[in-house]
Amino acid sequence: MSAVQTRYAGGWKQLICKGLTATYIAACFCFIFAPVAVLVLFSFQDGRLPVPPFHGPTLHWYGQALANDRLLSAMGHSFVVGAGSAFLSVVLGFLAAYGLARYRFRGQALVRGILVLPMAVSYLIVGMGLLVMASWLNIAPSLWLVCISHIVINMPLAFAICSAQFNPAQVRMEMAAADLGASLPRVLLQITVPMMAPALIAAFILCFTLSWDEFLTAFLLSRFDITLPVAIWGLLRGGLNPQTNAIGSMVFFGAAALALGAEYLMFRKKSS
Amino acid sequence: MTVSHPSSASTNHLSVEAVSKHYPGQIALETVSLHVERGNYVVLLGPSGSGKTTLLSLIGGFTLPSSGVIRIGGQDVTDLPPAKRPTTTVFQDYALFPHMSVAANIEFGLKLRGLKADARKVRVSEMLELVGLGQHGERSIQALSGGQRQRVALARALAVEPEILLLDEPLGALDLALRRQMQDELHRIQRQMNRTFVHVTHDQEEAMALADLIVVMSHGRIEDMGPPRRVYMRPATRFAATFMGESTQIEGRIHAQDGQVITLETQQGFLRGMAAPAEGAMTDTDTQSRTWCIGDKAVAIIRPENIKTTPDYGQAIGQALVCETVFQGNYVRVFARSETGQTFVLHSPARQVPASGDTITPHALVDDITIVPAQEG
Amino acid sequence: MNKVATVSRRESLPGLLFVSPALLWLLAFFAAPLLAMIAVSLHDSATGQYGIGNFVQVFTEKAYTDALFNSLTLTAVVTLASLVLAYPLAYSIASLRSARIQRLALTFAVLPFWTSYVVRSYAWLLVLAPTGPLNAALMALGLIHTPLRLAYSTTATEIGFVHFFIMLDTLTIYASLVQINPRLALAARDLGASALRTFLSITLPLSVPGIAVGAFLTIVLCIGDYVTPQILGGMRAIVLPQTVMMQIQKHLDLPMASAMSLVLTVIMAVAYLALYRFLRPEEPGR
Repeated sequence: MSAVQTRYAGGWKQLICKGLTATYIAACFCFIFAPVAVLVLFSFQDGRLPVPPFHGPTLHWYGQALANDRLLSAMGHSFVVGAGSAFLSVVLGFLAAYGLARYRFRGQALVRGILVLPMAVSYLIVGMGLLVMASWLNIAPSLWLVCISHIVINMPLAFAICSAQFNPAQVRMEMAAADLGASLPRVLLQITVPMMAPALIAAFILCFTLSWDEFLTAFLLSRFDITLPVAIWGLLRGGLNPQTNAIGSMVFFGAAALALGAEYLMFRKKSS
Repeated sequence: MTVSHPSSASTNHLSVEAVSKHYPGQIALETVSLHVERGNYVVLLGPSGSGKTTLLSLIGGFTLPSSGVIRIGGQDVTDLPPAKRPTTTVFQDYALFPHMSVAANIEFGLKLRGLKADARKVRVSEMLELVGLGQHGERSIQALSGGQRQRVALARALAVEPEILLLDEPLGALDLALRRQMQDELHRIQRQMNRTFVHVTHDQEEAMALADLIVVMSHGRIEDMGPPRRVYMRPATRFAATFMGESTQIEGRIHAQDGQVITLETQQGFLRGMAAPAEGAMTDTDTQSRTWCIGDKAVAIIRPENIKTTPDYGQAIGQALVCETVFQGNYVRVFARSETGQTFVLHSPARQVPASGDTITPHALVDDITIVPAQEG
Repeated sequence: MNKVATVSRRESLPGLLFVSPALLWLLAFFAAPLLAMIAVSLHDSATGQYGIGNFVQVFTEKAYTDALFNSLTLTAVVTLASLVLAYPLAYSIASLRSARIQRLALTFAVLPFWTSYVVRSYAWLLVLAPTGPLNAALMALGLIHTPLRLAYSTTATEIGFVHFFIMLDTLTIYASLVQINPRLALAARDLGASALRTFLSITLPLSVPGIAVGAFLTIVLCIGDYVTPQILGGMRAIVLPQTVMMQIQKHLDLPMASAMSLVLTVIMAVAYLALYRFLRPEEPGR
């Protein structure tokens, strides 16, 4: 009888604990999703101001945003800068990770430290440095400079992701391939890169997303051709505008889809 | 300690009464009962999935049973959380706190019991001495070897003076030589502390070396239970016989029973052996609760060291052809097969080893043959 | 001795070959610009002479010291608030039943990460606007009668930052929590510790690496950020990156901007050194 009672009491305690946990998670999720929800909801606002009350849904502002040449060309620039910088970041990061994982040489720890150093410095510093150097060398701000800065920012990340994915089993496979007579470039292209493909793709997607979203260096280092975040920044000067909501929502859904895709790739790799 | 429990002589220290543990779609333990006297070293022995670890975690309070009662020193602890039970556990991977020193690990439980700093210090150094780590108190856990970690885990669990110490495969992570050495240590410490130990393992040698009471488990049930010598020499079931070591097993039907001597009709001819005891029997002669019917299927179990090839030794068990001999040092293991397909395994002195292809006539004493019921399925 | 050195140098070659493109890139576009920035910062644009005048100005002129002070207090408040709010969230997620559900909850907890950085602050501006949903909801509930002036204030900046860093800290703390061997907590409970005691003496200390990484990232990203304070903060309490941008855009004074950027970098380096002890990858509870 007493056993039953204590069991019951334990159950209550557990129930309260679970309830508190669930409540806290729910409250946090409300806070975390509040701006996104408001952003998306009022992108459908049938009116001039993206604030309550909500007037019936309309796709008007999406049409407006997609007809905005400045936004569209900025989107194009962001895409090119994102793809280009992500590609180079992954190539450089992968090669460096490969060199560090497969060969022993003096100063390895130092090299590793230097390669991840930009991660510990704010974007402002990276942008400022390039701006100072460009003005010293009389180089005009351009998307090229933006692309260069994004590689400085993202390559350490690509390097870290690739480094984490190298393991001894892969070394043995590469040795087996080399033993069968494959040359080093062939081993790299036919064994290592395919084995690392999920990590490389994930790194690429992550670098692309970060470049796509990067504002500060793009703002400092570009002038006439601008990227999407800089264009959105320009829109903000006009105050609250549902068109900003529309373009923001589109970017969010695109980036979230890419991020989930990258996560899926990494997760599948880990569980296989 | 025993003084504070005057009734301990008459009652069991640990009682597991008809305990079951069911998980959705799976039975981990089915009506298991177990009674342990104070100061005994109990070893739960079985393959993985036999329920031995589940039983230990039920005793420790980490899992609640689906039904049944667990008593320690007469007190019902079935629903008490681990902290409120007079038990402590040595975990399989030791679960030492990596951010604390050796001494701080041992001190942890003492602090929770409100011991003064001086008393804690004395107790910690006592425990360190006990497990042979006298000089290592300030070392960090990371700096210890596997065997040393094992000792710290033991010291930490024993420091709070538990009524019952639970050990979950404590030697599993150690290499063989170290395992045998730690076995002896465990035995010494248990005798010195005079506490009840319940130890889970799948290593029957470890079980025999340590246990006062071996509990052989399989599929969530207790197959056999008793002193190591009895369980090895006179196993209650075929599973217990197999799990405790090598044996020759001859199947047949019961032809006659005369007290404890049963005559089995086999393809090797009639074979007389001793009836298996009931599960839980403490001595060889305790056969009360088992009933035998003429014509039932049964199996004769003979340990390899009890089979001789000399002519005038007990009863002959047909003839067999030697297929293989394996040199083991002080004896040779001989594998042989009869025309009917019956296999034999026996130990032969290194001096007179039969060669492969020789015909031998295995002999065994009635007393060295145990007849166990054939298992269903 | 000499022979050994030459052999190891030859063995070093292939490795260095693979590493060199990345190294050279950072040398040319990270290290060199940084050095250029240091050189420029020592240049006094008013007198055309070299010296530490710009740095003296950063630490003496009220506009700059105020900005520095605002940056430091903002960063401190944001770092602490984010950790305090994120820890229970990470802990709750880590105590969910299965790894699958945990992973799902975590993915969703950081999904707004992927809103555009600029848009995220803008979205908070909407939420906090005098006519925005938050004020509308509070008025509808009768909790307030006049709208709260939340937008364009330091509070708004803090909310915007905390929103972002809760997500980040949740990730780092969760990663630390799931690495802790669950048997450690069982062992502590077995030895008689209460749930609270187990948390304080086992779980919390062992999750310090995650807390430190989260704190470090928060400090670096928060103190160097321009967008969030610029959009949400209004112009009353200006932070250091805002003054840097003003020097560039309005005054075209690169030397002064460089000097202030370097001060920012030094602050980050100090934060790194202070947290270095905890940032080293150690064996966390196996």
